[in-house]
Amino acid sequence: MRWIRKNLVVIAGLLTLAYMILPNIVVMVFSFNKPAGRFNYSWQEFSTDAWEDPCGVADMCGSLSLSLQIALWATIGATVLGSMIAFALVRYRFRARGAVNSLIFLPMAMPEVVMAASLLTLFLNLGAELGFWTILIAHTMFCLSFVVVAVKARVLSMDPRLEEAARDLYAGPVQTFVRVTLPIAAPGIAAGAMLAFALSFDDFIITNFNSGNTVTFPMFVWGSAQRGTPVQINVIGTAMFAIAVLIVAGGQIISGRRKNSALSK
Amino acid sequence: MTVTEAPPASPVAEPVVHKPSVRRKLVPYWLLLPGILWLVVFFALPLVYQASTSVQTGSLEAGFKVTWHVQTYWDALNEYYPQFLRSVLYAGTATILCLLLGYPLAYLIAFKAGRWRNLLLVLVIAPFFTSFLIRTLAWKTILADGGPVVNVLDSVGFLDVTSWLGMTEGNRLLATPLAVVCGLTYNFLPFMILPLYTSLERIDPRLHEAAGDLYAKGSTTFRKVTFPLSMPGVVSGTLLTFIPASGDYVNAELLGSTDTKMVGNVIQSQFLRVLDYPTAAALSFILMAVVLIMVTVYIRRAGTEDLV
Repeated sequence: MRWIRKNLVVIAGLLTLAYMILPNIVVMVFSFNKPAGRFNYSWQEFSTDAWEDPCGVADMCGSLSLSLQIALWATIGATVLGSMIAFALVRYRFRARGAVNSLIFLPMAMPEVVMAASLLTLFLNLGAELGFWTILIAHTMFCLSFVVVAVKARVLSMDPRLEEAARDLYAGPVQTFVRVTLPIAAPGIAAGAMLAFALSFDDFIITNFNSGNTVTFPMFVWGSAQRGTPVQINVIGTAMFAIAVLIVAGGQIISGRRKNSALSK
Repeated sequence: MTVTEAPPASPVAEPVVHKPSVRRKLVPYWLLLPGILWLVVFFALPLVYQASTSVQTGSLEAGFKVTWHVQTYWDALNEYYPQFLRSVLYAGTATILCLLLGYPLAYLIAFKAGRWRNLLLVLVIAPFFTSFLIRTLAWKTILADGGPVVNVLDSVGFLDVTSWLGMTEGNRLLATPLAVVCGLTYNFLPFMILPLYTSLERIDPRLHEAAGDLYAKGSTTFRKVTFPLSMPGVVSGTLLTFIPASGDYVNAELLGSTDTKMVGNVIQSQFLRVLDYPTAAALSFILMAVVLIMVTVYIRRAGTEDLV
C-alpha cells in the first residue's frame, strides 16, 4: 500500500501511456487478422495476407502517394513562408508587429472546422475547382502558423552576436546568412518542417471540406469506415508507426551523440 | 594583437551606408509579404466570405444573394442548440480528463524518468504518426459490445454508474457519449502532455528541495510550488485540447450515435450534404464566436499573457 502511494505518479503516468499506446497495439494486432466480413473490427484468425500484399486494395496506395505529395509540397511552402515570417518577427522591429502576431495566432486558436468551412465558401464563390490545388493551398495555410512558432522559438534563442561577428569578419549579408544564420536556425526549421509534414499528411477535417472528389489517405480511411475497412489500412498504420519510432529514435541517438562529442571536446 | 584595429572603414563608409539602411528598413516587410499575403487571402478573406454567406438567402439552383437575413442565426441556434451544448460539454469533459490523465505522465517524464525520459517522449509523440483516423477506428474494436473492456467495466459496476449519469446505455460503450468523450480525450492527449511537459521541465528541481527543507509535505510542495509554476503549460494545454475538440466531428461520427452529434457534425453535413450554405456558415460563425469568447475569458482569468 505504501509502495503504491509512494509511486502514485509513476503508476498513473504509465497507465496514461498505456491508454495512449493501446490503439496502436490494436492496429498492429489487427493487421494480422483475416476478417470475416467487410469490416476489420473483430478478431477472426491469424493471417499475413495483408502484409504480403499491402497495395492489394483498390485506390489505397494511390491515395497514400497523393497524401505524401501534398504533404511534401505543403511542407516546403509552409516552411519557406513561415521561416521568413519568423525571422522578420524576431530580428526586426517594425510597425504592425501586433497585427502580424495575431494573424499568425488566430489560425491556431480556431476550431479546424471553422477554417475548413470558410475556405470552402471562398473556393465556392471564386468558382475554383476542388482538388489537388485547393487541398495544397489549405494545407500550406494551416501549417504556416505552426512553422512560425517552431522557428521563432529557435531564432529567439540564437545569439545575434554570432552574426555580428561574421559581419565583422567581412562576410557579406548572403554569406552570413548561408554560413552562420541558417546552420544555427536549422534545428528549428527542421522541427517546423516535420510538424508541418505530420499535420498535413494526417489532416482530415480541412481536406474533407476542400478536396472535392480527390481522395487523400485520411479521406480513404474515412470512406472505408462506411464501406468496409480493409486490413491493409492496419498494415499502413503499423508501418507508419514503426517508421516514425525509428526516425524519432534515430534523431535522439544522433543528437545525443552530438551533445556527447561536443562535451568531450 | 593588432588585429583589433583592423576595420578602419567606418568614417569612410558613412555616406555610402545611407542607401542600404533605407533598403534594410524594408527587409522585414519583404520577409513578411509572401506568408502574410497567403494568410490574408486564404485565412482572413475566407472568413469575410463566410460572414457574407451567413446573411445570404436563396437556393443552390437559383443562387444565393446577400439579403442581410440575420434570422438565419436565430433559426440555427434554435434548431441546433443541443449540439452546441453537447460540443461544449464533451470538449470540456475531455479537456478535464486530458489534464487529469496527462499531468501525471508529464510529471513522470519531467522529474522521475531519468534515462527513460527520451523513450517516454518518443512514445508520447510516435502515435501521432499513425493516421489519427486509423487509431480512432481502433477504439471501435476496443470498446466493442461484448468485448473485454465492456465486460470488465460491466462486472465492476462502472457501467451502472455511467448509465445512471447518462453517459452510457445499458451494457454498451460504443455509440454512447462516453465513447465519444473517450475518443476525444485520447485524440487530444498529446496536445495536453507536451505543453505540460515543457513548463514542468523548466522548473528548477532545487525549488522542490527547498520546499522539502522548509518541511513542506509532498502534496503541499505540489500545491504551492509545482502546480502554480506549471500554469503556463496548463493554460496552453487546455486551450490546445478544448479548441480542436469543440469543433471535432470525427469522434462523434465514428464512435457515437445520432444522439451524440456535436456542432461539427452539423456544420459538416450542412455544408457537404444538405448544401444549405447560409445555415452552415452561420453555425460555423457562432462556434467561432463561442470559442473565442470562452478562450478570452479563460486567458484573462488564468492570467498568462504570452502563449505563443
